[in-house]
Amino acid sequence: MPGSVTRIPTVVIGAGHAGLAVSHLLTERAVDHVVLERGEVANTWRNERWDSLRLLTPNWQTNLPGFGYAGDDPDGFMTMPEVVEFIDKYARHIDAPVETSTTVESVRQNGDRYLVSSNGRTWDAAAVVIASGGFNRPKIPTVGADLPAGITSVSAFDYKRPSDLPDGGVLVVGASATGIQIAEEVHQSGRPVTLSVGEHVRMPRTYRGRDIQFWLDAIGRLDERYDEVDDLVRARHIPSPQLVGTPDRRTLDLNTLTSQGVRLVGRLSAVTDGTAFFSGSLRNVCALADLKLIRLLDMIDEWIVGSHEGLVDEPERYADTVVDDNPVLSLDLDDGSISTVLWATGYVPDYSWLDIPVLDRKGEIRHDGGVVTDSPGLYRIGLTFLRRRKSSFIHGAEDDAIDLTGHLAGYLGDQ
Amino acid sequence: MTATQEKSANNGVNVEHLIGARDALSGAPEGAQFTWRATNKWVHGTHSESKVEEFFGLGDNQTHRTTFEFSADHPEVFAAEDNGATPVEFVLVGLASCLTAGVASVAQNRGIQLNSVTATIEGDMDILGILGADPEVRNGFNTIRVNYEIDAEATDQEIEAIVAQSQKRSAVFDIITNPTNVAVSVNA
Repeated sequence: MPGSVTRIPTVVIGAGHAGLAVSHLLTERAVDHVVLERGEVANTWRNERWDSLRLLTPNWQTNLPGFGYAGDDPDGFMTMPEVVEFIDKYARHIDAPVETSTTVESVRQNGDRYLVSSNGRTWDAAAVVIASGGFNRPKIPTVGADLPAGITSVSAFDYKRPSDLPDGGVLVVGASATGIQIAEEVHQSGRPVTLSVGEHVRMPRTYRGRDIQFWLDAIGRLDERYDEVDDLVRARHIPSPQLVGTPDRRTLDLNTLTSQGVRLVGRLSAVTDGTAFFSGSLRNVCALADLKLIRLLDMIDEWIVGSHEGLVDEPERYADTVVDDNPVLSLDLDDGSISTVLWATGYVPDYSWLDIPVLDRKGEIRHDGGVVTDSPGLYRIGLTFLRRRKSSFIHGAEDDAIDLTGHLAGYLGDQ
Repeated sequence: MTATQEKSANNGVNVEHLIGARDALSGAPEGAQFTWRATNKWVHGTHSESKVEEFFGLGDNQTHRTTFEFSADHPEVFAAEDNGATPVEFVLVGLASCLTAGVASVAQNRGIQLNSVTATIEGDMDILGILGADPEVRNGFNTIRVNYEIDAEATDQEIEAIVAQSQKRSAVFDIITNPTNVAVSVNA
C-alpha cells in the first residue's frame, strides 16, 4: 500500500452542507472522523452552478444542525456566493475536520473495513459516509449525440450566463427549475428560446401570502418519509418544482415564459438527419401539472381551515397552462434558427471512484434510507428523497444526518 | 400518501397483480422484454386479413386464449370494396382501447368505481399526402382528438386526473406521439 495509512473510525466524503451536518453530529457523538473534500468547502455551490442562481428555499428555512440564518431578510433567497459563505461559516462554526483539495480516488472494502485513497494517502475506516452530492455530472439524453455538427451543445452544469452563448435561437431541453430559469434569462438576452417540456411540477412562489415552502412544510409534505410513500421510485425521480428565488418572490411558470415570447414544444424525443422531433404529449404533461397543482392547493386550503383561517389571504387558483392548439412537432436544426441546445435534463452522481459493487443497473446506489445495506458501515446522504421529501434541500440534511449518524454510531459500537 | 386507497372499487382490473409484476420485473428486467406479433395476408385489392395469436414475454413464447382475426380494407369512396376498417381506423381503435384500459387500471389503483366510460376518437388527415398530390402534406394524421364521457364515483377533477395519468402510461399514446424506428424487410 503506497504512502501513509491513517486508521480512523469514520471518513466523510464531501464538505458540502450534508457532509458538514454529518460531521457536526459525529463530533457531538464523539465519533472521530475526517471530512475529505476534493476542492474547497461547498465546492459544487462555488463552481458548478450558473451566475444568477439563488436557492429555491427562503432564508428562514435555510438551516443546518445547530446553525441557522441570522440575517435581516428571512423571506429572501441566497445567491450562490451567499450560500458558499453560509456553508463556509458553518464549517468554521462546528470546527469541522476538513481536508480540502483531497479528491477521493477510490473506496474499497478490506475485510469489514474500508480503504479510502487520495493522492498517495489512505484512510482505513470502519465506516464511510458518502456526501459527495447528487448533482455531479449533467445527465444528457442519448439523443444529444445526434445533434448536427453546427449546433453548440451545452449543459446547465457548464452554463454560466447568456452572453457566453452564441447569438441566435436556443433550444432549452427540460422545464424544471433549472430549465425555466435559464430559458427566461436566455430569452431576455435576445436569443429566442424554444423550451422542450416533459413532465414537470408546477408551483406558485407564494400562496395565500406565504412562501410555498411554508405550506409544504406546514401540511407535512416535506417530512414525508421514504418508508411511507407508496411509490418510492417515482418519488425519488420527481423533477424539481418550477420555482425561482428572486428578491420580489415572483412566480415563474410556463405561462410567464410564453407571455414573454418563449415557444413551448413537447419532450425532445429524437434527432434524425438534422431534425429534432418533439413528443405530441405537451398538452397532457401540462394538464398533469395543472391538476397536481390544484390538488396541492386543495390540500393547503384544507389544512388552513381550522388553523390559519382568517389569518392568511383568500384562496386562489391559477390559469391553466396555455398550450398552442398545434404545437411544433419538429424543428430543422440546420436552417440557422437554432444555434444552441441547452440541456437542463438533470444531473447524476459520480461514483467512478467507488470500487464496491453497490450500484444498480441504472448506476444508482442501492440503499435503505441512506444505509447501504449490502455493505455494512457504508452510508449515503444528500440524495433526492433519501429519507424524506426534503432530503435534497439544505434544511433536509439535519434530520437525515441525525438518523444516519445514530445508525452509524450503533454500527461502530457493535464492531 | 393518498386517502383514496381506503375506498373500495371493482373495475375488474387486478391491480395487485400488476404491482406485483412491476416489483418482480424491476429485479429481473430481462423478463420485461416483450415482442408483440401479428401476421398479415393480402386477399384482394386493398383488402387484407391479419391474425394475432402469439407474443413473446416473461422470457417465453405466449399464446392468446384464442386467435384474433381482423379484416382491413378501404371504403368505397376510395373505389375499394370496404371489407373491413381502414388501417388508420385501426390506429384510432388502438389508441382508444389503450387509453380506456389505462382509465380502468388507474381508477382501480385509486379506488375509484367506474360506472361507464365511453370515448369518441377522431383523426384529421389531408389525403393529398397519401395521394402524392402535395409533397408538403404528411401522410399521417395532423391531429387526433379523443373525447371521454366518464361516469364514476369521483369528482370531475379526479376523473380528469385519471384520464391524464392514463395518457402518461399508455403505450399507444407514446407510439403515436413519439417517433419509432420501423424496419421493413423483404424476402424476395
